[in-house]
Amino acid sequence: MLKPGTSTVVAASNTGDSLRRRLRLGERFIEGWIFLAGLFAIIVLVGIIAVLIKEGLPIFAHSSPWQFLFGTKWYPVSEPPTFGILPFFVSTLMITLIATAAAVPIGVACAAYLAEVAPPRIRETVKPVIELLAGIPSVMMGFIGLILLSPLVQSIFHLNTGLCGLTAAIMLSLMSLPIIVSVSEDALHAVPKEFKEASYALGATKWETIRHVCIPAALSGIAAAIMLGVGRAIGETMTVLMVAGGALAVPLSPTDPMTTMTAAIASGIGNAVRGGLQYQALFAVGLILFVMTLAVNLIAGRVLERQKRKFAR
Amino acid sequence: MKKSIKRWLIPLGAVLVLAVVLVLVFAGGGGPSASFKIIGSNTVTPLSSVWAEEFMAAHSNVSISVSGPGSGAGIAALIDGTTDICQSSRTIKQSEIDQAKANDVHPYEIQIASDGLSLVVHPSNPVFELTIAQLSAIYTNQITNWKEVGGNDAPIVVLSRDTNSGTHVFFKEHVVQMPGLPTENKTLEYGSEVLFLPSTEAGVTEVARNPNAIFYPGLGYNTDQVKLVAIKKTASDPAVLPSEETVLDGTYPISRPLLYYTDGEPIGAIKTFIDYCLSPEGQAKVTEVGYVPLAE
Repeated sequence: MLKPGTSTVVAASNTGDSLRRRLRLGERFIEGWIFLAGLFAIIVLVGIIAVLIKEGLPIFAHSSPWQFLFGTKWYPVSEPPTFGILPFFVSTLMITLIATAAAVPIGVACAAYLAEVAPPRIRETVKPVIELLAGIPSVMMGFIGLILLSPLVQSIFHLNTGLCGLTAAIMLSLMSLPIIVSVSEDALHAVPKEFKEASYALGATKWETIRHVCIPAALSGIAAAIMLGVGRAIGETMTVLMVAGGALAVPLSPTDPMTTMTAAIASGIGNAVRGGLQYQALFAVGLILFVMTLAVNLIAGRVLERQKRKFAR
Repeated sequence: MKKSIKRWLIPLGAVLVLAVVLVLVFAGGGGPSASFKIIGSNTVTPLSSVWAEEFMAAHSNVSISVSGPGSGAGIAALIDGTTDICQSSRTIKQSEIDQAKANDVHPYEIQIASDGLSLVVHPSNPVFELTIAQLSAIYTNQITNWKEVGGNDAPIVVLSRDTNSGTHVFFKEHVVQMPGLPTENKTLEYGSEVLFLPSTEAGVTEVARNPNAIFYPGLGYNTDQVKLVAIKKTASDPAVLPSEETVLDGTYPISRPLLYYTDGEPIGAIKTFIDYCLSPEGQAKVTEVGYVPLAE
């Protein structure tokens, strides 16, 4: 690759014109390539949304949106089948909220420690280890939850069974932690040194600097980290399928066995004949899941925008 | 920069050509000449796997892949044309036959063995017999404490397979809805407190660990860590434990056929395979795996 510096030197010589033209051609080519890549991503996304809508919407001809969203009975293989997804909806919300509430404070605190407090040697060993955690396959996390965590949860809370929403939430918080730590640490690390130096020069303590300078300055990165973590918690399937218990009642407490929307799709889709009622219902569940994550993203973006404006002032 | 690319072109080309040649040689020469898929029941999977292994050992040119997401999934795959053989632990429904016909698929049924659905509890559980009506009440959450059926004062943790499973549907239609009894009720469904598990192994594991759990695995899945419960059709009938004899002579009330479905009568390698399964040699494997062979 030519460095930007060389082009200006050569441009002054005789061959400058042709080289410049070639460079510009190369640039055009790269630009076109990047444009195509961006376009491709958008086309795939629009295609997925179109399929979700096309396959999912027909279910509302069988059961009204009200019945579908607020029904509490899910018997897809009965005659006649009934589809009510309220139990799945509540389970997904409950498990995601608990997992996020546990993972975000721990994750951001850990990132702040790594970025601002820890000596370089500790940071250089701990961060790769945490990132390695993100690479553990979800089925392994499910297995660990099944074998190690569920008996523990059962005995601590005196439950009938350790296969419950709480076990799943704990596993999910463990799974989203590495993402939250790693991405927010990067964001905190990228805060300009001058900001911190100015803060210290004004006599702020380390804690005040982290709390009032570093975290607000890195907020967009931290928010992105949290969104990624929440996204993992909402979308995770295998672990939840294995440890959440799979009961069809609307869960009243986190210690009840429950089925999330993702687990419902995974445990039903193999059984569903293409174009059948169950197939359509599961696609509609997927559609609602998609709308949920979209809403979370939009709200987060809005909040972030407001925060940024406040900080800029 | 250009030069360095050129220098790499020749070795790169050589590697590509070599790879293509190797693929052609292996695909043309020693590769399998026939391959087919068996998809369906989690219950039948251990049996199909043993048969497939034995058959492939004897016929090195045949490759068989077996997977067990559930009978419903297998029948859906047969209808969609994505499997050659569907293994099922329940008979195909009329609605599924209609869907298959619409896709120009003609399901052909072959019984390959029988199975008794055993009810298992933790070894420390004092309950040793249950009636069909009691089981139905347990699985609809009308009975929620073991003391109501002669056990300890402890809540019942009711385990079931998920809706992908043929066992799920069979148990609902043949136990929960109590067919043939005066209390028969076709509208009964599993209760909402029942735990639906993604595999039979998961259920057996939980029963082995949880003193208050109950589950219904096929005979082939039982281990020493769980206790079998004897079943009475009604309170006045004798209690029967599931075994090869009691399933064959029909005294055990919860038994069912294990089936293969193909699209039309099987031909070629698939026919040879199914002939092997039904042969005395193949049926001997049924007993080894823990199911009940077909009567002679």
